[in-house]
Amino acid sequence: MTTLVPNTFKGFGVTLKQVFKKPITQQYPEYKRPIYPRFRGRHRLWRHENGLEKCVGCSLCAAACPADCIRVVAAENTADNRVSAGERYARIYEINMSRCIFCGYCELACPFDAITLGNEFEISEYNRDDLIYTKDMLLAPPIKRVPVADPALYDTPLPYYRTHS
Amino acid sequence: MHPAETWWIALPEAFIVINLVMVAFAYTTWLERKALGRMQLRYGPNRAGPFGLLQPIADLIKLVRKEAFAPASVVEIPYIAAPIVSCGTALLAFSVIPFGPGWKVSHYYINGSVVNVPISLILIFALGSIGIYGFIVGGWSSDSKYSLLGSMRTCAQLVSYEVSLALSVLGVVLMGQSLNLTDIVAKQQTTVWFFLPQFVGLAVFMLGGVAETSRPPFDLPEADTELVAGYHTEYSGMRWGLFQTAEYINLIVLCGLTVTLFFDGWHFPWVHSLDKFGPIWFLLKLGILVNVFIWLRASQPRLRYDQLMRFGWKVLLPIATVNAVVTAALVVWI
Repeated sequence: MTTLVPNTFKGFGVTLKQVFKKPITQQYPEYKRPIYPRFRGRHRLWRHENGLEKCVGCSLCAAACPADCIRVVAAENTADNRVSAGERYARIYEINMSRCIFCGYCELACPFDAITLGNEFEISEYNRDDLIYTKDMLLAPPIKRVPVADPALYDTPLPYYRTHS
Repeated sequence: MHPAETWWIALPEAFIVINLVMVAFAYTTWLERKALGRMQLRYGPNRAGPFGLLQPIADLIKLVRKEAFAPASVVEIPYIAAPIVSCGTALLAFSVIPFGPGWKVSHYYINGSVVNVPISLILIFALGSIGIYGFIVGGWSSDSKYSLLGSMRTCAQLVSYEVSLALSVLGVVLMGQSLNLTDIVAKQQTTVWFFLPQFVGLAVFMLGGVAETSRPPFDLPEADTELVAGYHTEYSGMRWGLFQTAEYINLIVLCGLTVTLFFDGWHFPWVHSLDKFGPIWFLLKLGILVNVFIWLRASQPRLRYDQLMRFGWKVLLPIATVNAVVTAALVVWI
């Protein structure tokens, strides 16, 4: 009881002091805090320098996916329709973003570093169907870009497959 | 004393006051969120309109358009009537609070309060007690055990603190020698603002009032973070909104009553020529008090239920009783 009453009034002082400080809220859509460079966001499929797709349609990413959100249908490359560097290519490559948990197992499973997880996280849609990303969408660079912090600021280096693909 | 108001003046006056109370309610929610935010190093609402000033309107539109979902097994008539009763009595209570000296326009007289009844203080407490029925019946008729438990919590708390609340104003009534709020305000004008001699009464009244409006740190009826929302668990949409309205209007009524009983109502201190702008000073004092309650909410942690009951019955009630007895003795012998 001897400390209860003064401490109660001390609480009022603590809250009143905060009123005169600047709020620490980051106003999100206007200010986007740079994200960690190894942040796992929207996927990206990659091409070789000569324009051929890296993906050979092996479906290892689909097998590794714990959320079962990747669908790959492979087809044979032919002489007049060469899509990928390997024997086969992914005729259909779809990722259901509403199921994806962004664990990154697909990029670990990929033997050709064809799929990586980018940094973009602003991928909400009004329609569930819009969240199924097709191969064309994944091959194109993302429309929205988010600021990424300088990797040099962090002591963990980016993995090889992120810097060389 | 006051010439009677004609009904065609009283009716628009009541209409204006009710709407002003509703506006005050809307912007109390805005003020609360804003002030709480600043006290927690946040901005509070700042998207809808400048400084988030359109936020209450956006909330209203959202609540009205939201589906008022009700469980299939509710007892329908009390379920729908409960929020209306709570909100209606809260609004009615404001009708007797004087906000001005009364104005004479040519040979017509405009009252300083919507109605002026000789027992206005008792009327306010009676209306408050009826408002509690809304919370109790609302929880019961929802046919959910959590609602029922919540309404029992509410019931126990409100009944406990109403005793202290009523006893704490007894000192003011004895000093003002009237149950009429207009007379109490007039008495303070000629003697002294009652918060000075009745500071114990003021403390008990404000603490009891926070419990009565079930605001933090006495918000056991809701306890959003720990318990299910209490008596309004099964309410949604504007029915829930009406309960919320009732809560905030109760807060405004409580602040208005505190201003009237302890801070001389609508009078401006010392300068009597400014008294004709009574509503402005009334609103000013009201605003300061509302801020104090918001500040209290931001600063103090919630009481545990047994602490709440112990505080109400073993601390507040004896203090209020002693205060009333001592005041009575002093009024008689001095």
